[in-house]
Amino acid sequence: MDLENQKRVKDLAEKYGPENVVVLLGAAEGEAAGLAAETVTAGDPTFAGPLAGVQLGLTVYHICEDEIKAEVDPGVYDEQISMMEMVMDVDDIHNEMSSVRDEFCKYL
Amino acid sequence: MAILDGKKVIIIGDRDGIPGPAIEACAKTAGADVVYSSTECFV
Amino acid sequence: MNGYPVLKGASYTLAITPDMVIHNGTTQTTEMIVNPESEYLKELPSHLRSFEDAVSYIPNQVYIGNAKPADLAATAFPFYDKKWENASRDGKYGQIMPEDEFYGLIQICDVFDLVMLEKDFAVAVKAKLAAQDLLKEDQLAVLDKNDSSEADIKALVEGEHAEPLYYDHKLVGAVKRAHDVDVNLSAHVMLENLVTKASNVLSLIELVKKAGVNPNEVDYVIDCCEEACGDMNQRGGGNFAKAAAEIAGFTHATGSDVRGFCAGPAHAMLHAAALVKAGTFKNVVVTAGGCTAKLGMNGKDHVKKGLPILEDAIAGFSVLVSADDGVNPQIRTDIIGRHTIGTGSAPQNVIGALVADPLEHAGLLMTDIDKYSPEMQNPDITKPAGAGDVPEANYKMIAALAVKKGQIARTDIANFVKDHGMTGWAPTQGHIPSGVPYIGPLREEVLAGETKRAMIIGKGSLFLGRMTNLFDGVSFVVQANDGSASAEAAGSFDEGKVKAMIGQAMREFANGLLGEE
Repeated sequence: MDLENQKRVKDLAEKYGPENVVVLLGAAEGEAAGLAAETVTAGDPTFAGPLAGVQLGLTVYHICEDEIKAEVDPGVYDEQISMMEMVMDVDDIHNEMSSVRDEFCKYL
Repeated sequence: MAILDGKKVIIIGDRDGIPGPAIEACAKTAGADVVYSSTECFV
Repeated sequence: MNGYPVLKGASYTLAITPDMVIHNGTTQTTEMIVNPESEYLKELPSHLRSFEDAVSYIPNQVYIGNAKPADLAATAFPFYDKKWENASRDGKYGQIMPEDEFYGLIQICDVFDLVMLEKDFAVAVKAKLAAQDLLKEDQLAVLDKNDSSEADIKALVEGEHAEPLYYDHKLVGAVKRAHDVDVNLSAHVMLENLVTKASNVLSLIELVKKAGVNPNEVDYVIDCCEEACGDMNQRGGGNFAKAAAEIAGFTHATGSDVRGFCAGPAHAMLHAAALVKAGTFKNVVVTAGGCTAKLGMNGKDHVKKGLPILEDAIAGFSVLVSADDGVNPQIRTDIIGRHTIGTGSAPQNVIGALVADPLEHAGLLMTDIDKYSPEMQNPDITKPAGAGDVPEANYKMIAALAVKKGQIARTDIANFVKDHGMTGWAPTQGHIPSGVPYIGPLREEVLAGETKRAMIIGKGSLFLGRMTNLFDGVSFVVQANDGSASAEAAGSFDEGKVKAMIGQAMREFANGLLGEE
């Protein structure tokens, strides 16, 4: 995850309290989604940024996961996202996300 | 309990997946308070 | 101008720079600051490829035109462990240059005495460059002025903020800063800009050599890389175009730079096509060099997975756009896709604006385009780094939109990707893969009657500059020459015909008057 984004996540989690924050991802692939999810929960696995060694344990989802889709207005979802459901491997993304959440999220 | 409603939401979008503004438009309809949105580019 | 502007030639070049991966790629320079003792930095040198391996790498052979895009598509993934038979550094569209010769070219491109090379190294490089038959005697003679020892160079690096140049891990040169105070003229910036200039020059020279372009006939050059040159009072003043064109000998050309992040080349092609169609210029070259920053960009993932460093090349390209000659493929200046400020970032809207809308306006279906050339990054590089297969993702998006528009069935997506797409072969040098790598092969395919119509698509992440959150992109359609230039010329103005028409009209008028009496 971009170093500046890591810094923002860290600062905002502190400002609002980690239990009140949700991170929403738009990664194109499962691997990238899992990496970003791990960064905001267990810490930057590449040890390159402000979240290296920092375990925020934030609640994190990908916008295409069913749990999130269910909360979004269907018309807006259709307009903004639906086409990508034919392009991205949503199941693979969901599997990566679930496994990171199960292991590292503190506030679910 | 709803995941997004009333929460402070940080968006990390992907240029080759779903970009930040698209996620933001969706998250707002779910009652999220979007506090930060960005789009990453890996290529 | 009648007809449409045509694609008259293209060149593609690479400079393999393993030492620059270590010392200038930002992934590595950042790691040296943040994690100087990291395993990655220790492992990295043993993953650098030899020049021969980089040359025989199939995607690189496709890039310079010795292999076709279809040859790469027929190769089983991954590509890094395979060689192209009869690979050569010399290609139909250009060449692949080794690092030592490239340093010599950088010095030849430096007209402010900023580049020093160790004297024996310089002698050897001059001989190698002379054998390449790229440069003039007086240009090669620049290398004769080198009288520094390795100790002299070391002193510059350690005492005067000069940027070191290494070859095979030995210190062989340095780039001095151009100003003691101005950070825009620091040694770091000068090195980056000279690398861009040199890789650009290489592609311009190869355009002349391989595509048979007459440098004296080029009247305008447009650079579209992603660098900026200037000083503290005008940080991005620019005109890499003229700087490079001067070294390449385009004496009758002027030029300017077009910037648009990765969409730069596609925008530059639009500018070139419009200038030619308007008759303002007859021969416009669109060109760009590569950059050191992106060397080894995904190196951490490559090393972790036991791959060689695949991002070890500085790329360049040049394309000649000329007035319609009735032969070469035409750029349809009336079928242009554009991502506007109001388009928004939803993928559907982006692809709609770039692909579906311009085709619809032209009365075409998305299936009427034989091949699409969006971002053609080599998946060998991007997949292990978790960035997926970029061309394939683009093709899937185009197909998905075609499904939404009812032009194909959902079950046809895979076939659409296969029939209208290609396997990516370009190095991850930002703007380089964006649409333009296919122009050389496309021209050949069209002239051979294999392809009738293609779309070149450029996309850019403007938000990276923190000036806007907007995305960007433009596209254009290329078609086999439809003869409209000569057809229009033939039927344009027939004086006899017009006189007859006026005569007839006056007779009818006269009869009408008589009739009214």
